[in-house]
Amino acid sequence: MAECHPVGFQWVMEAKARGAKIVHIDPRFTRTSALADLHVPLRAGTDIAFLGGIVHYVLSQEKYFREYVLNYTNAATILTQDYADTEDLDGVFAGLDTEHRVYDYRAWQYEGMEVQAASGERDLAYDDRPGDAGASVRQAARGEAHGSGGADVGTGTPRRDETLTHPRCVFQVLKHHFARYTPELVEQVCGVPADVFGRVCELLTENSGRDRTSALVYSVGWTQHTVGVQYVRTASILQTLLGNIGRPGGGILALRGHASIQGSTDIPTLFDLLPGYIPMPHAHSSEDLESFVQAESVRSGFWANMRAYTVSLLKAWWGEAATAETDFCFDYLPRLTGSHSTYETVLAQLAGDCKGYFLLGENPAVGSANGRMQRLAMANLDWLVVRDFSLIESATWWLDGPEIESGELRTEDIRTEVFFMPAAAHTEKSGSFTNTQRMLQWHHTAVEPAGDARSELWFTYHLGRKIREKLGRGPGSADEMNRPVLDLTWDYPTSGRTAEPDSEAVLAEINGWDADGKPLSAYTQLAGDGSTACGCWIYCGCYADGVNQAARRKPGREQSWVAPEWGWAWPANRRVLYNRASADPDGKPWSERKALIWWDQDTGSWTGHDIPDFVPDRAPSYRPPDDATGVDAISGIDPFIMQADGKAWLFAPAGLTDGPLPTHYEPQDSPFRNLLYGQQRNPVRQVTVFRNKHNRLQPSGDEPGSDVFPYVTTTYRLTEHHTAGGMSRFLPYLSELQPEFFCEVSPQLAAERGLEHLGWATIVSARAAIEARVLVTERIRPLTVQGRTLHQVGLPYHWGSNGCTTGDSANDLTALSLDPNVHIQEVKAFACDIRPGRRPRGPARLELVRQYQARAGITDQTGMGL
Amino acid sequence: MSVRTWIESWPAYRQLTTADRTGRGPAAKSAATARLTPRIATADQVVKSVCPYCAVGCGQNVYVSNDRVTQIEGDPDSPVSRGRLCPKGSASLQLTTGDARLHRVLYRSPGGTRWESLDLETAMDMIADRVIEARRQGWQWDVDGVRTRRTLGFASLGGATLDNEENYLIKKLFTALGAIQVENQARI
Amino acid sequence: MSDPEATASSGQAEQQPRLGFFTDTSVCIGCKACEVACKEWNHVPEDGLLLTGMSYDNSVGLGADTWRHVAFIEQRRPARTVLAENGPAGTGDGGEFRWLMSSDVCKHCTHAACLDVCPTGALFRTEFGTVVVQEDVCNGCGYCIPACPYGVIDQRKDDGRAWKCTMCYDRLGAGLEPACAKACPTESIQFGPLDELRERAAGRLADLHEAGVSDARLYGADPGDGVGGDGAFFLLLDEPEVYGLPPDPVVTTRDLPSIWRHAAAAAAMLAAGAAAAFAASGRRR
Repeated sequence: MAECHPVGFQWVMEAKARGAKIVHIDPRFTRTSALADLHVPLRAGTDIAFLGGIVHYVLSQEKYFREYVLNYTNAATILTQDYADTEDLDGVFAGLDTEHRVYDYRAWQYEGMEVQAASGERDLAYDDRPGDAGASVRQAARGEAHGSGGADVGTGTPRRDETLTHPRCVFQVLKHHFARYTPELVEQVCGVPADVFGRVCELLTENSGRDRTSALVYSVGWTQHTVGVQYVRTASILQTLLGNIGRPGGGILALRGHASIQGSTDIPTLFDLLPGYIPMPHAHSSEDLESFVQAESVRSGFWANMRAYTVSLLKAWWGEAATAETDFCFDYLPRLTGSHSTYETVLAQLAGDCKGYFLLGENPAVGSANGRMQRLAMANLDWLVVRDFSLIESATWWLDGPEIESGELRTEDIRTEVFFMPAAAHTEKSGSFTNTQRMLQWHHTAVEPAGDARSELWFTYHLGRKIREKLGRGPGSADEMNRPVLDLTWDYPTSGRTAEPDSEAVLAEINGWDADGKPLSAYTQLAGDGSTACGCWIYCGCYADGVNQAARRKPGREQSWVAPEWGWAWPANRRVLYNRASADPDGKPWSERKALIWWDQDTGSWTGHDIPDFVPDRAPSYRPPDDATGVDAISGIDPFIMQADGKAWLFAPAGLTDGPLPTHYEPQDSPFRNLLYGQQRNPVRQVTVFRNKHNRLQPSGDEPGSDVFPYVTTTYRLTEHHTAGGMSRFLPYLSELQPEFFCEVSPQLAAERGLEHLGWATIVSARAAIEARVLVTERIRPLTVQGRTLHQVGLPYHWGSNGCTTGDSANDLTALSLDPNVHIQEVKAFACDIRPGRRPRGPARLELVRQYQARAGITDQTGMGL
Repeated sequence: MSVRTWIESWPAYRQLTTADRTGRGPAAKSAATARLTPRIATADQVVKSVCPYCAVGCGQNVYVSNDRVTQIEGDPDSPVSRGRLCPKGSASLQLTTGDARLHRVLYRSPGGTRWESLDLETAMDMIADRVIEARRQGWQWDVDGVRTRRTLGFASLGGATLDNEENYLIKKLFTALGAIQVENQARI
Repeated sequence: MSDPEATASSGQAEQQPRLGFFTDTSVCIGCKACEVACKEWNHVPEDGLLLTGMSYDNSVGLGADTWRHVAFIEQRRPARTVLAENGPAGTGDGGEFRWLMSSDVCKHCTHAACLDVCPTGALFRTEFGTVVVQEDVCNGCGYCIPACPYGVIDQRKDDGRAWKCTMCYDRLGAGLEPACAKACPTESIQFGPLDELRERAAGRLADLHEAGVSDARLYGADPGDGVGGDGAFFLLLDEPEVYGLPPDPVVTTRDLPSIWRHAAAAAAMLAAGAAAAFAASGRRR
């Protein structure tokens, strides 16, 4: 956190000064470790084993917050008899279809719930419909669809055992599942000595409970794995057991790395989502709006109002064309058939299906996994538009990229047209960023951009204007294919020399308006009859009363510690999600020290420091009638209002593609076998589609050839640089602080491989060979894993061939093997070899990789097994 | 400059006529030093902004003089950052006003071996034509007999560094065009 | 005539409290925001793209083009159980490992040798008690450079003039804090009246000692040291040498005051001719 979010770390330092203990768990010793009370190095790729070990400790030592767990989680819920655990099936769950590599989640259900066609992972149940290609839905990323709430669980009343002793109640299943995760196992898998691990368990549990809370903080070190979602799930289970969710000082905090990466998920430039986490529709025969809504919405909680959210979005986009008669233009939405993530797009480019590509402030030649494949795919395009500040590597690969140097590509032979369009900076446009706490903050235009530099708002608006003009002329205007474009509401006011669109007008559309054009103030006002328009329902209220709420800047020192009048946080300006859990079932704070919101009997409403994330006047004593639906079905003790059952899920009966509970699996490329089970890797990770000569995988564990890649590599950032370098490597003031690409190795590894401090090393995977300067440092510690010494190699991934400071790209080494829920690549843990000296030049570079592949016996089957 | 002012400006004169007899204090202060004013104190306007790097969302004050950004500093009012910035945030001035930024459209033709210049308006027209063509080439009314109404002809990547309003327009336009391969760093 | 020290003693017309930096290295996270913020404010040029291998320190030290410098020290010391909970982390085989970070800066000495030897009056003691070199006066003679006991002030290669931290003299005049202190995310760099900072530092030191960090010590806070105390002083977690700081700095012009008195008289007699010559040579090239 000190390393990548230094200004956020001020609050950690402040907490430390007041006595908080900081534990840092990371393969490398970073600037965070330097300030922590305890640094725990572990083997990259083993966090589920580590966190699972703490879950085991909490359960076996009875350190959980019983009252919280009993009332606010699904611990008491009893599972169906069909459920079988990894404990029973040697590492896989019930419902695995080994041929298609997908799970049937119906084996993970609550007992007593009837799973309707419209339940499960929402659209997943389309499987049951004849004639539909259900696998397409399963393959698509569905995890993000739960960005503001969980999946449905069907109808009925689940059976509960309030004593938590029923063998099939979630609590007992959890105990059984994590029984293996002993300190001894953690030591064997993670390389963390049992006594150090025990200290972490004690520190965390001593600081959790009624009077105290602990927070977990993570970044992409947890997400960029073939089991990334389950990493975060393990943390959720742990924090829920300890009662650390929805309370001040608690939570699981994702520290995101780009100014509006949260916003670009909420208002998604993502293939599988529409604004506000409404899923993009999949292709089904004769599907209309109603059947989409039926399939996607849940019975209880706020997601039950999905029709209102969807219709309002369609009204925002297609305005007058969107009427009840036209089914609100639902047919205008393109349909998915499986996953169309950025990595499938690379395949589509290599195949020649995808001919044009916009890069809008992104540098995949350096920042995406398997950089070579990224560049080779771009070389197969008809045209490429790069919008950025400088000539990043993704703009110049045709001229001076690594494949030109190696002779694989010849500039003259590359047919791709490339447009470089200079981008406006944040000071040259106005708009909102959504920070990592879901808070929208407006930045105002300071100056107009110079020359041809323009905002994306300008580019998109004027591109759309031109396309609409061109399509609207002549016979094309009547073409049904063009109706969605021509009917689009696209009339934003512009101003200034450059005719910049009015960003506040766009924000007003995102916020939404009623039939009279009056700005809405809350998503509870949204209607499903077409009388409201709203571009993103969770952002409804950000322009309440016609006031740009994101631009509010009442100084922090003039407000409470919650600072509700600075910016605007979705939903409804709540700062801590699920804060009903900060009070006990009766509505009283668990302790005065940790008070956040509470029930005020006199006024009959919830009140407190934050805006209650609950039905404002719902008494703690309220219990819904059996036939209640939607918001009415939320009981007075259901803090998790976006969940279908109002409870935090220790066990996820739906919503995940790779299991209801986290299980440690080895990374795609690992020098170790899985000590827990016979199942080596996540059986449903997304990998077979990426079988490609540029994406060879490595033998793992006991497989022959695994020893060719004996070390574990992890990639990361440095304070002085930013992601793929477009905003740092081109600046002298940042480049001089970290002026060269390097690898970090321990003195022991340096001795073992003859690496010299400040000398060169070549790092090799089955994909590529790269070179880096060597930093020999005690900050990287050898670990003892499964009885042998493991060395890890640290690689910052910022570098490429352009800018003030240049170097090879760490991502050339990484493979396409993805988490099946969210399609994120595994770049935080993989096996490699390292050798002294610079890498070969020209064709010899590829030859070296081929030699490694031959030595390890790598074929197109390697690493592809279940 | 009058003779009197000129003489008074001599350090030695100041040294003898003020309390600073050793000439190491105010007597040594040059006229330029005496005139020093911080450029943020004389800025025409202070524009409220947010750091463009990571997602902590630190507040920034952007100082503008003569329509040019002259300084970017942390905003002490921000309850997120309390006026502080990391090295990247502190480098925002160089990021936005530095030499590394390009301000002209560049074009590389098929098989071309160098960049060429291109007028912005022409570039926009060319891109619009290419989108229309790629969209048509990759169009799929249906797949395996099921309606899809989409194109695989073009794709987009990026958005995590952009404003919500920009992402909104990108998603709106590209979806209306039938594109589904619309992605950003949040995937990665 | 009194010794021309810092504070208001050097003939300041307006009495100002002496201002300074207290850099508490025990909370430094080595982010280098101070280095960049300094460069942005003062337009200090890039200082070379050199991977040094000195941990994450690639600016090497203070110089004409680096006015704030963060040192990184990777260190293994004998294990000390008392630190297991409260001190810096990282116990392992062969003792405790720690990573020290410290942002160095011009000390703005009470007895500043650079100022003493400057023949042009380019260096002067400001009303805030800080020591500033005036770029429009400096003629690049370089006398100040060997005079500095800390090796701070330095000549810029393509320019010849001497440069160093001004404690953002222009900002202080407008009541603003220096750029580095403003940016510092963890308040490792604190700015304010020196008296207050010394008091705060003593309190922090006591807290650390109580917490078992027995090696914590202040550096440059003692008015009785060889430079009369520093206007920029530090809380260190080890010996000064570990951070590249001289353990016992002494003003190199200790014997100069008497010389200066004669020189001052001589200067008065030389009067206008000499002053005009200096002014001419100090003009920006």
